[in-house]
Amino acid sequence: MSTSLRAAVSPPPTTPVAAQRPPAPPPQAARRDLRAWATRAPLLPALIFLIIVTQLPFVATLVISLFNWNSLYPDDRAFAGLSNYGAVLSDPELRGSVLTTALLTASVVLVSLVLGLALALLLDRKFRGRGVVRTMLIAPFLLVPVAAALLWKHVLYNPEYGLFNGLLTWLGGLLGIDGPAQPDWISEMPLIAVEASLIWQWTPFMMLILLAGLQSRPLDVIEAARIDGAGNWQVFRYLTLPHLRRYLELGALLGSIYIVQNFDAVFTITSGGLGTANLPYTIYETFYRAHEYGLASAAGVLVVIGSIILATFALRVVSSLFSQEVSR
Amino acid sequence: MTATVTTLPPVLRRARRRGAALGLLAWLTGILFFLPVAWMVLTSLHAESDAATNPPSLAAPLTLDGYREFFGAAGGASPWPSLINSTMASVFSTLLVLLLALPAAYALSIRPVRKWRDVLFFFLSTKMLPVVAGLLPVYLIAKNTGLLDNIWLLVILYTAMNLPIAVWMMQSFLAEVPVSIIEAAQMDGARLPAILARVVAPIAGPGIAATALICFIFSWNEMLFARVLTGVTAQTAPVFLTGFITSQGLFLAKVCAASIVISLPVLAAGFAAQDKLVQGLSLGAVK
Repeated sequence: MSTSLRAAVSPPPTTPVAAQRPPAPPPQAARRDLRAWATRAPLLPALIFLIIVTQLPFVATLVISLFNWNSLYPDDRAFAGLSNYGAVLSDPELRGSVLTTALLTASVVLVSLVLGLALALLLDRKFRGRGVVRTMLIAPFLLVPVAAALLWKHVLYNPEYGLFNGLLTWLGGLLGIDGPAQPDWISEMPLIAVEASLIWQWTPFMMLILLAGLQSRPLDVIEAARIDGAGNWQVFRYLTLPHLRRYLELGALLGSIYIVQNFDAVFTITSGGLGTANLPYTIYETFYRAHEYGLASAAGVLVVIGSIILATFALRVVSSLFSQEVSR
Repeated sequence: MTATVTTLPPVLRRARRRGAALGLLAWLTGILFFLPVAWMVLTSLHAESDAATNPPSLAAPLTLDGYREFFGAAGGASPWPSLINSTMASVFSTLLVLLLALPAAYALSIRPVRKWRDVLFFFLSTKMLPVVAGLLPVYLIAKNTGLLDNIWLLVILYTAMNLPIAVWMMQSFLAEVPVSIIEAAQMDGARLPAILARVVAPIAGPGIAATALICFIFSWNEMLFARVLTGVTAQTAPVFLTGFITSQGLFLAKVCAASIVISLPVLAAGFAAQDKLVQGLSLGAVK
């Protein structure tokens, strides 16, 4: 991040394509400087705005994390060094939410990626009504997240009149079973309940990315392979899958970025109860309800560190996609 | 599944049958994924007593009572202020994003500054930092400056939230504008605003429109900031929806009606931007 900042603000003059910079004649240096700033100027409003609104609060969070600060006891505010971090790391509840975040993210990303791949393969073929099916599939992704979470909580999961148990009763009636099982989905399998709703919302996203990947496959190579006698599975295993690798990585990383930060589903479906509190929810609770500003900030900083690790991979993937595109 | 290319007719027949089966499978999964949405629509059109039944009632008479309830027909809080707040926050932040991102994308794609890829990655890196870690200082600043429960604070935050995505998307859309046309306009003495309006906008227009729709969707959907930073006057639609989290079965039709009405702008924007949606959501990396 520091290098990119330096690149944006550093004084050296610029020319359109950095790699092909011709040796500049010295007398025109001043004019060149002016032109360089003219090129750079359009960039500045966005950069300055972003730095002020997104970077400065993080610095503030970092500072607050070093203080013992509960807003209910404003007089007790004191410098605490790294003790908040110690507290966060040793608090079983907070450690639990780290585990929950990892579990939630990994399972949602993996399952929606696999389902998305299957759906993308299905939709890559021509069949009647493909457009309609595609539209139906995108709909879950386009619901407002809170609305989707409410739909799962009340309309599908409700133990008394939810659709799932309603279907069980209906099926039981068809099969002649009296009083089929009526599970209370959310309290019996809280984490799975949250995951299922998120998988439902994110599978369409994965499908869209992978479908774009499938449609960018070089068809001549596949045709050649078929003529050489390759079967469907061989084409998939040795041509399609390697080609999709970057798209799978991109889907996994973008999905991770959003699902690590998920708040709406956890907040709505379980209110963080029953072991479903992930890090964003826990931080929200720590600062908004418990007023533990120092602790919440320390947890926030730890999330940022985790995200930076994730983001390093993400940027590398996007970067490789990007350079592929440039070299094309 | 060995490909016996030499014996065509039976293979073709088998392939056609397989194709039909896979098409059917695609339809079934599509319906399966759409079923909850369809069920929500149906439930929203039932009377409360018909909505909360087990087993589900398909034949119950349809009514708009759920929607009437939602819009405050039987007393209760009207959703209009929150819908207006959401519209304001989303529209104004989207406009601000366009105002900031368009020149930036121009500088990064058409007349690239040095190390432009580093700058682009800086934009992206801000998107990867979890918002929850910056929430507390924002809350404290807002509290101390009296900006709490103010829709303009959300406008600023949503702008920052969407700016990186917008810069990335627009960068890739603007890169499709041929430089020679811009140079020709410059030779004619056109300045940046004129070039943006007359040359770049017509060519990159659809992409820019899709960017705007995606920014609108993200702003409309946002709930964490809105929940922490707004209260009564600046409450947005998703925060209004959270009022239904603990509601009991009697209001099932109303909950569904509320969810549908509040999702409608997003559904409309999403379907409108469908083709560019993937490109936008994958930060322009996938075409």
